Amino acid sequence: MTSTPALVVENLRKTYGNGVEALKGISLTVQPGDFFALLGPNGAGKSTLIGILSSLVNSSGGDAKIFGISVNQQRNEAMRLIGLVPQEINFNQFEKLFDICVNEAGFYGVPRKIAAERAEKYLKELRLWDKAQHQARMLSGGMKRRLMIARAMMNEPKLLILDEPTAGVDIEIRRSMWQFVSGINAAGTTVILTTHYLEEAEQLCRNIAIIDGGRIVENTSMRSLLATLDVETFVFDISGILGELPTLPGIVLRRLDDHTLEADMPRAQDLNALFAALSANSITVTSMRNKTNRLEELFVRLVENGRHDDATGEKAA
Amino acid sequence: MSTSTNLVALQTLVRREIVRIMRIWTQTLIPPAITMTLYFVVFGKLIGSRIGTIEGGFSYIQYIVPGLVMMSIITNSYGNISSSFFGAKFSRSVEEMLVSPMPNWVILLGYVTGAVARGLVVGVLVLLIALFFTSLNVVHPIITFLSVLLGATIFSLAGFVNAVFAKKFDDIALVPTFVLTPLTYLGGVFYSINMLGEPWQAISRVNPILYMVNAFRFGVLGITDVNIWVAFGVMLVFVAGLSIIALTLLKRGIGLRS
Repeated sequence: MTSTPALVVENLRKTYGNGVEALKGISLTVQPGDFFALLGPNGAGKSTLIGILSSLVNSSGGDAKIFGISVNQQRNEAMRLIGLVPQEINFNQFEKLFDICVNEAGFYGVPRKIAAERAEKYLKELRLWDKAQHQARMLSGGMKRRLMIARAMMNEPKLLILDEPTAGVDIEIRRSMWQFVSGINAAGTTVILTTHYLEEAEQLCRNIAIIDGGRIVENTSMRSLLATLDVETFVFDISGILGELPTLPGIVLRRLDDHTLEADMPRAQDLNALFAALSANSITVTSMRNKTNRLEELFVRLVENGRHDDATGEKAA
Repeated sequence: MSTSTNLVALQTLVRREIVRIMRIWTQTLIPPAITMTLYFVVFGKLIGSRIGTIEGGFSYIQYIVPGLVMMSIITNSYGNISSSFFGAKFSRSVEEMLVSPMPNWVILLGYVTGAVARGLVVGVLVLLIALFFTSLNVVHPIITFLSVLLGATIFSLAGFVNAVFAKKFDDIALVPTFVLTPLTYLGGVFYSINMLGEPWQAISRVNPILYMVNAFRFGVLGITDVNIWVAFGVMLVFVAGLSIIALTLLKRGIGLRS
């Protein structure tokens, strides 16, 4: 028996009043329990898609189903299943954190006693409980982001949508946020994430869709996508006097400065031969790293290819 | 949503509105009390004492008290909902409600109930202050209460519609300044329209505030310039009409959804 997908988007379109076509017929499916990355450059249509899913934006065509429930036809029932962490801060800054959370639960029909228990639970888990009786305007930027996650959890949604939740948040808070969201996902909540921190998406998400210019340019599993990366670029920090660089078939070595080398390597090729050759030339590698995040490299390539295809398609037309 | 969950949502919204009113009580409750005290002192005592009796043998201050109470109720109901809902739009916290499963009628009823509550609290405060200046016996308590309720509801709904359309804070100040205040002053608060000649008497009869003020005055003093049933009919028509407009705006997401 197959379970109902957490999200099915069918030929979703959106043209704004000013004529901008933000979504040009998007279709995708997210399975229950997934941690799904929805990536794309600024203005790609991600927030419009999330706006339609959360009913803040009216679609111009197509439909989206949350666990089989149509956002168009049964909006109220569909909204009951969603928790939304929006990109922009959108709570009343003069309300107390506890009240923001309890009121949010109330809007979903959660009785006040249960709402108060949940508020305590999630504010504690997101390390905000000591601020519960403070006005939200007193919080730091990272705390405000965490508050929006706590608020989104108040109806204990089956589908949690996070729209760039870590924008402008320091690394420590970001990690604690991901620890929390990973726990929620492990407990069964489906998570859809948009972010510009691609290493986050690579680490956290199992499936991915890349959207650009209102179209899906890639929709696959993270593993399959990363497997398509045929060449990786590594940066080596070296010590010793840099003389002649070794020549190895299939590997392109470049000298960046007297202490740094860069190597483009096919994914199939092992690193041992390179290390051996460097060692033979009296070059000692002290550390190494990927030049760019693997997903970032693919992301840029896919988006550029998509735009190139569009441009040539337009010329052909 | 089921009836019980709708009720929880409604209670939440009303509670939030009342907490807001109480949190900023120096802006919501004190100013109307001070303004009306000044009206009672200047128009009621100082000028009113020279006017003597007016319609029905009532002193001028007795005559204007119902009008001033209704004026306070109207302006505070209107001001409460327009600033609260527009504030929610401005801070984007309105999205908390828009993405929730709350039906539109619950959102509207919640805000209207909050605004009516402020109108009633201010009305009681002003009435209590009035008792320091004159004596009043409420002749028809039920009519008094119903006229207050309907008057506050009408202007809560009107304030809501204003807030939905408003794009900046100036937009919610325009209607009270250029529409509400003139209509109130010309709505029989300070005088009986029987004192006016034609066509001003006829023109006054298209002013909805005239019916609210007179229904309330009838409830308190037992005198009115208009037929009481016509007054209630007009108020009910306004409640129905404005409710339909407000719900249509919410359904279509005008000013709220892209």
